[in-house]
Amino acid sequence: MSFQPIKFYQTGTFTVGNRLLAPEERSVQASDKRYNSINSGHRACQGCGEALGARYAIDAAMEATQGQLICANATGCLEVFSTPYPETSWQIPWVHSLFGNTAAVATGIAAALKVKQKKGERNPAIRVVAQGGDGGTTDIGFGCLSGMFERNDDVLYICYDNGGYMNTGVQRSSATPPAARTATTMAVGSEPGNAFGQGKFVPAIAMAHEIPYVATATVADLRDLEAKVSRAMELRGARYIHILVPCPLGWGTASSETIKIARLAKETGLFPVFSAEYGEQKSALAIRQKLPVEDYLRPQKRYAHLFGKQPDVQVIAKLQALADRNIRKYNLLEGL
Amino acid sequence: MDKPFAITLDPGSSLANRTGSWRTFKPLYLDRLPPCNAACPAGENIQGWLFHAESGDYEAAWRALTENNPLPAIMGRVCYHPCQGACNRQNIDSSVGINAVERFLGDEAIKRGWAFPKPANKSGKRVLVVGAGPSGLSAAYHLARLGHEVEIHEAGPYAGGMMRFGIPQYRLPRDVLNAEVKRILDLGVVLRLDTKVSNIQDSMQAGQFDAAFLAVGAHIGKRAFIPAGDATKIVDAVSVLRSMEGEDKPMLGRRVVVYGGGNTAIDVARTVKRLGASEAIIVYRRTREKAPAHDFEIEEALQEGVMVKWLSTIKQAGEGEITIEKMALDDKGFPQPTGEFETLAADSVVLALGQDVDLSLLDGLPGLELKDGTVQVNQNMMTGHPGIFAGGDMVPSERTVTVAVGHGKKAAHHIDAWLRGETYAPPPKHEIASFDKLNPWYYTEAPHMVRPTLDIIRRQSTFEEVQGGLDENNALFEARRCLSCGNCFECDNCYGVCPDNAVIKLGPGKRFEFNYDYCKGCGVCAAECPCGAIKMMPEEN
Repeated sequence: MSFQPIKFYQTGTFTVGNRLLAPEERSVQASDKRYNSINSGHRACQGCGEALGARYAIDAAMEATQGQLICANATGCLEVFSTPYPETSWQIPWVHSLFGNTAAVATGIAAALKVKQKKGERNPAIRVVAQGGDGGTTDIGFGCLSGMFERNDDVLYICYDNGGYMNTGVQRSSATPPAARTATTMAVGSEPGNAFGQGKFVPAIAMAHEIPYVATATVADLRDLEAKVSRAMELRGARYIHILVPCPLGWGTASSETIKIARLAKETGLFPVFSAEYGEQKSALAIRQKLPVEDYLRPQKRYAHLFGKQPDVQVIAKLQALADRNIRKYNLLEGL
Repeated sequence: MDKPFAITLDPGSSLANRTGSWRTFKPLYLDRLPPCNAACPAGENIQGWLFHAESGDYEAAWRALTENNPLPAIMGRVCYHPCQGACNRQNIDSSVGINAVERFLGDEAIKRGWAFPKPANKSGKRVLVVGAGPSGLSAAYHLARLGHEVEIHEAGPYAGGMMRFGIPQYRLPRDVLNAEVKRILDLGVVLRLDTKVSNIQDSMQAGQFDAAFLAVGAHIGKRAFIPAGDATKIVDAVSVLRSMEGEDKPMLGRRVVVYGGGNTAIDVARTVKRLGASEAIIVYRRTREKAPAHDFEIEEALQEGVMVKWLSTIKQAGEGEITIEKMALDDKGFPQPTGEFETLAADSVVLALGQDVDLSLLDGLPGLELKDGTVQVNQNMMTGHPGIFAGGDMVPSERTVTVAVGHGKKAAHHIDAWLRGETYAPPPKHEIASFDKLNPWYYTEAPHMVRPTLDIIRRQSTFEEVQGGLDENNALFEARRCLSCGNCFECDNCYGVCPDNAVIKLGPGKRFEFNYDYCKGCGVCAAECPCGAIKMMPEEN
């Protein structure tokens, strides 16, 4: 994805802003007029990746639609910390839904807008976004999501993937990575942590639906994330963006390391960052400095059982093999 | 109640929830001291002037630079840039070419005719500066800007001191030197040439000066006893380099031996090569690693065909030849004679063994302390005699142009305070922004821009400047390689990465502020600040 050619300013385009860039070349987040879709005072943990990812994504969508946006939200961390009745952090038209039906609610809003537009009651520019965590997306809401995809409803669905049910006490979801410890996949027995060979990678399933746009992103690459949201808003039909958002609580990382951990997930290849249109991969965000998976695993307490007195080299090698497969499959070394 | 079914409360904003109360650590913006600034003997705020150069505002950059050092075009040529040795960027690719950008700014200032602002207030005090070398010129500049009347008394026929009579033209073209001296004189500094101060107290009384700054330098070449026949010409390096400025160029013959291993030895060897000597041989008693000359200068000299006999001393100078003895380093690294001898053909021998200070002007001055042929000064650069300050090569220190310029500035601040009956307290130094305080992920790879170098043939035969300058494009590129260590450069990272919108952007040039009502103290901003300008501090209670 050519979102911004690197210019040899102090920081190129890696930082949020850059005083040497023209204002129109800076990121949405660099602007003092950004929407701040999710406002201060929310109750997310210190260093929450999801709160950050949600602001990045929804601010970019608001910018792309000039504020003409309705958002449906699945139950989950994001809803619990942002909207304990009667307070809300959301500064956009926002609809609460159940854990599993967000995609269907968003479909309904899109359908209603279509009818209203036909009657001339509504501005056709209004767009719909649905968002939820990995539990609400890859497990509980998966049927509704797949339905939304195959009907090609005009909705952008954003999944914030923190690899588990975090607000209920860190239980496993189908997005929990192998070997990770959660409350339901304890680090005990002969194969401690989450099992290998289970779970699912929803971006690949979304691609199999051959919908107009599928992309992955992390909170560590802001410009890539913003470029993907704005590309998604250029298209109509079903679109899906899957954003990796580290969870200091569930992953056992320092609150200050949220972005660093997301960066390591990408640089090791464990989380491939790419985009696809109509079922075909279109871009890959290249790894800048390839690192062994150990660099990503070691700072996280959910993998602490791999690094006892004797590091569990076999399991680490299996995780490295997953990273290597991603690198090969999505062309992460060269980029696309 | 006119609310919809099942609704009992109005919608509220989460702003009512002051999450700042969760905080156990608090982020603070701070300025750390960039290593380049810490290493600069002239006390330049390098990161500060590069900041302006990065946005292409060269005049602002030059003005920020000359706050501390009035000689950037000279400094950009002759400084040994300890700043680049300290630069954090060498941990990423290679140091920022600070010296090259400085020279670009200095040349730009000469080209565009930028002048120093005239001092606003006159103090009515008169200060005598003895010697128009780098230290004297620097002191005169700072004293003039502080509103004092300054007169420089120079024994020689031109201003510049060792910059003119010690540094060869191929390193510092004289038009550059003249332009930067003139700019200082334009501030109203009076320069009296061919005015040797033979007694400092008399000169001060005669001119009704309130204070004096002595910067006469060290220009008496040290001699070594070498048994020599009448036929061999033995001269000292300083007089060779000085005579290069006059009409009569030194006559040293075709085969010249230079004795010594410092920068002056290299300068002389390269100079005689340009004068047409077929052989210029440096004889030095220790090894290349131990030589005080800078290695890049040795390298340039070798490229130009200068030869070096390491681990050798001159035993005897005969007719058309000299005898040298081979040395070996002992366990402690000192050279010891081996008893092995060798003869070299030589028409003349140039001694470059260091220089002594001419202290005659201080005869009879009460309170003065001399040690090893230099004048002792206290931490305020003042000699034992109140009101008389000294700096540059005549006080104990490293003898470089940059150190001398730094002395001039430091002395000027103390003289200014002394004249007002106060003591000058320099502002406290910030902690160093070492590489571990930075987040290097954010900096792009950008290779160092290399300055063009003159063709080797022209370097061996002419006194044209060896090293070229950067043009505007690559100077800008080079400036933008600066990491801005320890000082906010408004990249918006803290503003962007805060999960709680608790960073307030104050607008261009005004940096940022934390909103402690909502900051939870997660520390993401500090971890993701590229330049280490945020610190996490434990909350009290």
